Amino acid sequence: MRNLKSTTLIFELSKKGRRGAHLPACDVGGPSAAELLPAEALAAEPPPLPEVAEPEVVRHFTNLSTLNMSVDTHFYPLGSCTMKYNSKRNERIAGLPGLADLHPYQPESTLQGILQLFHELQQYFGEISGLPAVSLQPAAGAHGELTALMVAAAHFRKLGQKRTKILAPDSAHGTNPASAKMAGFEFVTVKSLPTGNVDMDDLRSKLDDTVAVFMITNPNTLGMFDKTVGEIANLVHSFGGLIYLDGANMNAILGIARPGDFGADMMHYNPHKTFSGPHGGGGPGAGPICVTETLRPYLPCPVVEKTDGQYRLVYDKPDSIGRVRSFFGNVGVLIRAYCYIRTHGPDGLKRVSETAVLNANYLLSKVKHFLPVPQGARCMHEFVASGLTLKKSKGISAMDVAKRLLDYGFHAPTVYFPLTVPEAMMIEPTETESKETLDSFAEVLFRITEESGELLHEAPHTTPISRPDEVRAARQPVIKWTPAAT
Amino acid sequence: MPYTYNTPDDERSMLQSIGVDSVAELFQFVPEEFRLQRPLDIPSALGELELTQHLSALANRNASAQQKACFLGGGSYDHFVPAVVDALASRGEFYTSYTPYQPEVSQGNLQVMFEYQTLICQLTGMDVSNASLYDGGSAVAEAVLLAMSVTGRNRVVVPASMHPEYRQILETYFACLGAELVTVAAPSGSVSLADIAAAVNAETACVVVQHPNFFGCLEDVQGIAKIAHAAGALLIQSFDPLSLGLLKRPADMDADVAVAEGQCLGTPMLFGGPYLGIMACKEQFVRRMPGRIAGQTVDRRGRRCWVLTMQTREQHIRREKATSNICTNQGLFALRAAIYLSEMGPQGLREVADLCVRKTAYAKQQLTSQPRFVSAFDRPTFKEFVVRDTQGRVAEMLEQAADAGYLAGVPLARWYPEMADCFLVAVTEKRTRQEIDGLVSALSAASKSSAPRPHTSLAQAAWA
Repeated sequence: MRNLKSTTLIFELSKKGRRGAHLPACDVGGPSAAELLPAEALAAEPPPLPEVAEPEVVRHFTNLSTLNMSVDTHFYPLGSCTMKYNSKRNERIAGLPGLADLHPYQPESTLQGILQLFHELQQYFGEISGLPAVSLQPAAGAHGELTALMVAAAHFRKLGQKRTKILAPDSAHGTNPASAKMAGFEFVTVKSLPTGNVDMDDLRSKLDDTVAVFMITNPNTLGMFDKTVGEIANLVHSFGGLIYLDGANMNAILGIARPGDFGADMMHYNPHKTFSGPHGGGGPGAGPICVTETLRPYLPCPVVEKTDGQYRLVYDKPDSIGRVRSFFGNVGVLIRAYCYIRTHGPDGLKRVSETAVLNANYLLSKVKHFLPVPQGARCMHEFVASGLTLKKSKGISAMDVAKRLLDYGFHAPTVYFPLTVPEAMMIEPTETESKETLDSFAEVLFRITEESGELLHEAPHTTPISRPDEVRAARQPVIKWTPAAT
Repeated sequence: MPYTYNTPDDERSMLQSIGVDSVAELFQFVPEEFRLQRPLDIPSALGELELTQHLSALANRNASAQQKACFLGGGSYDHFVPAVVDALASRGEFYTSYTPYQPEVSQGNLQVMFEYQTLICQLTGMDVSNASLYDGGSAVAEAVLLAMSVTGRNRVVVPASMHPEYRQILETYFACLGAELVTVAAPSGSVSLADIAAAVNAETACVVVQHPNFFGCLEDVQGIAKIAHAAGALLIQSFDPLSLGLLKRPADMDADVAVAEGQCLGTPMLFGGPYLGIMACKEQFVRRMPGRIAGQTVDRRGRRCWVLTMQTREQHIRREKATSNICTNQGLFALRAAIYLSEMGPQGLREVADLCVRKTAYAKQQLTSQPRFVSAFDRPTFKEFVVRDTQGRVAEMLEQAADAGYLAGVPLARWYPEMADCFLVAVTEKRTRQEIDGLVSALSAASKSSAPRPHTSLAQAAWA
């Protein structure tokens, strides 16, 4: 039962003199902090944080949680984001004191368990990708992209080649061009065909010996495996360039096809997608990268190596690009990925992808009868339906459909991406949904297409709020609470 | 099969609906030449019980801070995490939800982001905050990129007293951008204004200062800010959030951008991550700030609500012209920080800071009263300090202390070869007098060298 007052801000609950935590008395005696620190460094007052009692804190954040849809509560077919079930066992394991209460600078002799886990995880990631050299350090998929592009830059510097450009298709995630820019490259867009495949003629016309890397998402953002990837890789390699694989869609091909085998030189994983790390309302993720043996020397340090039965963190790699994050990366997310891989084993991981692809194709077979799927009757783990005819015939937009789905207790698909499909709705059921859930989702989606435009334009009707004014939020930004602003 | 539902009957009926005979047919787009013709070479599956036993065994091969008193710092600290933080952040509606692209069903996360942003502004005194970045180190890098973009300059000045890993991250980023990193020595534990003034010129985009710094010492942030501003450069301060229970806030010292490692705000050490990158800045830089931002607005019925806003800065709209490539951030850890700060309140935060300072002072006094140890710097410190072992046997001594039950300190040799005889000791509010006394005994008792190794004079050491 929802608490209707739950949206009061924590600041509005504050009352002078109330407090939550109490700290113990100081057991070492001696002078006060004010005497130990120079007066000019001290603030007159502590920061003006809210003053609330612990029961209010608990009630406040508990009530806020009930305003979210989540995988634990709802079907979440958010294409490209891969919102699969987050296993409870992994949460408990990641919280074991011997994993959670470790300091990154402990002596190596006190870290042999976690270093063994890292070492094995490096091997599993390398095996699954077909790219044997692994860095666990990057903190998110986009961070992995950036790191890999820096690895490529270091490689070309070492070869004495001046390569200034990164290429990627127009259907690429926005992180691809942004990462290219941050790694110091010029970004060039390559056209894609209506099938979602790369336009080979356009690619060919943009390739020369100044191209460092071609970035490709495969399976692509339309949920199709680009068959021409081998040809593309050969072409790019013939100009001395490298292939980067955006691993966002690895859920479709675990144990079935390996990027290293179809021509990629580098890739990142999103363990929070493929290996079921929870998304946390927008993070943390992680972005481990895998590269070829040729590129191994450039990976960030430290890496874990095993010598004489002991696991060691190795910092001394002369050609390494250095460090992209403090300590060792988002370890907690990596532990969950390790648990996921060990839970499934080789047959199970393959089965994950088979089930994800079966579920997506099943849903596609139902949806295509009332919402066109321009790329056809088959897909990998996700597909993109187009609401264009609905828009033309009834004035109902993809956004209207998305909002109305919320009324029926389903999270919306990803809408308006990829940019190459008009009124795009990108649907990804994942392997952890039942036939019954898919049937009822398809049925609701169909029912919505039959509903009136009037009803849909004002949807959702049952959620705590509806259709917030985003223009106002952007034009008159209120991005923190002040007593006057509320 | 874990986590999947399809029964053989379901599968048959689904295949029929699709119009194929087998699951294999669905992979028709993957060319035969690219198909893996063997099982993956990874270990076979484990059930929940076996997995738990396996991971427990791995965990037991580590020594956790629950078994050994932890005096390690350098950017990760064994602070107290109130039970409410774990209890609330482990609600599935928080941790299994996604980035709030559909605000109607994400008001919980959006309001938390808005409250987090406000709390960070209250904490730092800065005008605006984003909704988090990866960690303290990458937040420094993002702040520097912001400063370069604002000023159109590409020379960056940092003291050697800033976390060495943060400086390494800057070096990595700069290798591809043609930017110049100038490191200023800090031989007395803090950087001198004269040295900063000598390093700053008309090409300088920003000066970055960590306060309290990597050695636990305080810096003259206001003095450095004046120098930076006189040259048209920005001042970026990397701060310790808990220190602000006592110390002046970054805004009071005229910082333009304030960044921090937020791990100390309710997150366990987790072997270094995931952590929380905090970034706040002056209002005038808000549209150059990287990362997500939640904004307040009203819905179609006039109800107050929150949405992701100013998205035109972000990569999914702006692509190569975005302020950053940041996409996934650290939402769950921003939530933890928001719960922690709400639970602590101003008094709780002050008490934590006070305990850190006093216990650190006690530990420093007790340790350096031993003939074997001297304090490396004569500076006020917040919650950590550098000790020199006159026997010069740091690595061996720390290993022995670990055997005796103390994670005693971080050796500095890896980053500061001239300080091979030094280690960094951190004392949080969790450490008791008994543990501190035990640490002193354990370190004093550690094996002593018959022939002390000569050490470089600190005054002469060039740490840059």
